[in-house]
Amino acid sequence: MEKGRAGLDQITALVGLQIVTESSIQKANVVVECLRSWSQQAVAEVIEFRGETTIVVPRNLLRAVAERCHADSKLQFNMLTDATCVDRYPIEPRFELNYQLVSIPRRDRVRLQVKLGGLDPVVDSLVPVWPGANWLEREIADLFGIRFNGHPDLRRILLPEDWEGYPLRRDFPVVGYRDVPSTGDLFKKSSLL
Amino acid sequence: MTAVDTVTGTAKTMVLNMGPQHPSTHGVLRILLELDGETVVKAVPDIGYLHTGIEKSCEDKTYSQVITLTDRMDYLNPLGNNLVYCLAVEKLLGLEVPKRAQYIRVMMVELQRISSHLVWLGTHAIDLGAMSVFLYCFREREEILNIFEMFAGQRMMTSYIRIGGVALDPPAAWRQAVQKVLNMMPGRVDEYETLLTQNPIWIGRTKDIGYISREDAIALSMTGPTLRAAGVAYDNRKAFPYSSYEEFDFNVPTRTESDCYARYLLRVAEMRESLKIVRQAMAKITDEGPIKAEAPGIIPPQREKMKTEMEALIYHFKIFTEGFSPPPGEAFVAVESPRGELGCFVASDGSPKPLRVHFRAPSFVNLQALPKLVEGRLIADVVACIGTIDIVLGEVDR
Repeated sequence: MEKGRAGLDQITALVGLQIVTESSIQKANVVVECLRSWSQQAVAEVIEFRGETTIVVPRNLLRAVAERCHADSKLQFNMLTDATCVDRYPIEPRFELNYQLVSIPRRDRVRLQVKLGGLDPVVDSLVPVWPGANWLEREIADLFGIRFNGHPDLRRILLPEDWEGYPLRRDFPVVGYRDVPSTGDLFKKSSLL
Repeated sequence: MTAVDTVTGTAKTMVLNMGPQHPSTHGVLRILLELDGETVVKAVPDIGYLHTGIEKSCEDKTYSQVITLTDRMDYLNPLGNNLVYCLAVEKLLGLEVPKRAQYIRVMMVELQRISSHLVWLGTHAIDLGAMSVFLYCFREREEILNIFEMFAGQRMMTSYIRIGGVALDPPAAWRQAVQKVLNMMPGRVDEYETLLTQNPIWIGRTKDIGYISREDAIALSMTGPTLRAAGVAYDNRKAFPYSSYEEFDFNVPTRTESDCYARYLLRVAEMRESLKIVRQAMAKITDEGPIKAEAPGIIPPQREKMKTEMEALIYHFKIFTEGFSPPPGEAFVAVESPRGELGCFVASDGSPKPLRVHFRAPSFVNLQALPKLVEGRLIADVVACIGTIDIVLGEVDR
């Protein structure tokens, strides 16, 4: 692995860095309030940054919270527009899954976040709640190697099926590895370009 | 990518491999079709042939260097891609963009929307056998690309919208050039309509084809004209205005039929609305005024200042050698691209290179609804259904 390339040295210096939370005393968000009144455990942390609300949800409650956001008549988050992952390697828990929810009737947006450790990156799939999560989760599984429980079709989507590794992880070098799938011994494993 | 044996078929059905080099898949899209006679029983889209790892490359670039990569995703909407990325970084930085630059941005992305819809209309019509529409559409698109060339020096990979504003002041004769397009387009849009709207073959090939219900469209996260043709008036320009869109007067056309014909009418109506916005933006853009925010250390200084001021020279050197570092945090911005909600998620760890850049590509998300559109329909309609959701494979695979 080539260090300087992926900027790992810089990140290592920043281990233990906390995300800046701007004015957490702001007026409580309606979504946060609604989720808190439903279950105290549902909201682990609320991050307000640049006018966006991120609700950090415990991993085991993700599906339940998502169902609540979808079905609650005060929330009505009927669309999941985006799901993506951030790898904060070498900080643990390294993976942060971000789900962008939109409520078309209420014209509101919120972000649900789940933190996952590197040893056991498994989380419940949200396809039963929003079928549109299907390809978004497949993409995350393909590029980050995160497994989604209950996903109907978790094949690789962008990369070839015999690809090894998960390229969007921070410990995967930006230049890639020399070995090209299905070239056998022609290119040696794990040598850099 | 999908192995051929993913779809096996039965004694009664056969599996047909469509693409990835099929001319009507608008790029390199492969679809495995399980057929019972001429009826599609199952469709499995297979993507990834254009995967270039743009999101990974972003990790190794400074914030300003990423802009050139965004051009290359949705190559029919490079200005929109520039815009969404710049808005996300500006949000991270907490940067206010001057009004004049915002209006220039609005004018450019609306011209881009018209040019993108023109390509869509031309290729969709040629897929369904109406050859001449394509030639007319590309004639007008050329005029719009000439404007981009005037502004940015590039017809397609413009990189014109930059962090904090736009790259250059509008060129000397820009008003005449834009006015020429504004004078010409309404008549030309009418011309396309005379070719298609009442055309019995066109109606036969598109009416009641590719239906998706309003509920399914929302559940499958569809956005853009496909969602609006299903009766949902969801448009980011109205729902979550950005770049001063709230100051513009325009309508969001919707239809309820939710078939290929409705989407055609809707996109034609959108072209007319975009012309309205361009006209208003042109009136709002003043001849004098700033095109970039005041933010030393983030926005490169003017050439003139670099020759006379020490600080400007230092900032210039710093910006182009190490870049700038936004505060740690995350920002998600969504704009309305011609294809739907184009989102950009940028995460910063406080270093000069982004920790993660992710694009919510409308083509990618809309494409997953394709099986819903084609299953149970005739194989001849598959081509119409691919065309109607308006995908750009460069954006699907990124």
